[in-house]
Amino acid sequence: MATEAQAITGDWGGGVHPYRVGHRKLGMWLFIMSDSLTFSALLIGYAYVRASNVWPTPFKFYPSIVFSSIMTLVLLSSSLTMVMAVSASARGERSKVRMWIIATAVLGATFIVLHMIEWRHLIGEGLRPFALPKEWAEKWPGATPLFGATFFGITGMHMFHVFTGCIYLLVVAGRVNKLKHEDVEISGLYWHFVDLVWMFVFPMIYILSVDASK
Amino acid sequence: MSTHAAGGEEHFAGSNKLFISVWVWLLALTGIEVYLGYKHLPVIYMLVILMGASIIKAALIVAYFMHLRFERLNLVLTIVPALVICICLMLLVFFPDSFRARELRYQGPVQPAAESH
Repeated sequence: MATEAQAITGDWGGGVHPYRVGHRKLGMWLFIMSDSLTFSALLIGYAYVRASNVWPTPFKFYPSIVFSSIMTLVLLSSSLTMVMAVSASARGERSKVRMWIIATAVLGATFIVLHMIEWRHLIGEGLRPFALPKEWAEKWPGATPLFGATFFGITGMHMFHVFTGCIYLLVVAGRVNKLKHEDVEISGLYWHFVDLVWMFVFPMIYILSVDASK
Repeated sequence: MSTHAAGGEEHFAGSNKLFISVWVWLLALTGIEVYLGYKHLPVIYMLVILMGASIIKAALIVAYFMHLRFERLNLVLTIVPALVICICLMLLVFFPDSFRARELRYQGPVQPAAESH
């Protein structure tokens, strides 16, 4: 299209936004890029350790898979409420923006609570960062004790992102009257990224370690 | 419709109906993943299918929820190829070595050699 071509040519003249986004939004995209690499490194490291060791597959349907599936549903729903917040922000409906953002933060907090219950269950069974429960060690002879390190490391890192995201969203909800639409969009970018990471953590950590035995 | 503060231009950024349909697709793919977890497929097939589904889910989130599909191509080309190349470089280092390390896995207790008569 001629207009688009002219706009791109014009970018080289300076004094315009070549990405058509503000500097804060671009900054968030760059942060998301770097954080993606952090999680990629963690997940690739996990895959490497898993491939080179006997790996236990201990997650029973209840509670682990049921809980993690509900957590996935909660996180995906929180992304939808965040999208609704951004849409409301684009229409300038500030009270609706606040309502949707608070709904998103509540769903995020629900995710953390469910995850803590899941962690508590596994810790109760005897899983530690560098030790397997006795029954697991007997069921999978020679299994690496690094299972706990990768599990707590990756899910803990993700949970920390959800936690900081909840705080970030509550700050945005509190200051929504003073913020621009793009600021709401930026908080949405962070939140969707947290959801995106879980789309890889859930199958790699949980689904590939399902205990399908009766 | 949304207005970007930086450019001041109006451009389509998705309707609520579109976002709900993306959400339904994401849930459906998650359901398929959980179902596959109980199908006793070889781990390599599982890995390929699950990673394929996860990449589709990630693409849906980035394109629609994160609005990247509605952003300028400049931004997309700055973010996506660099990220893909960096992740591929990491895989390039670790994948071949994980196959080597696979051969070093614990194989169970050593069986005593059969006595010859």
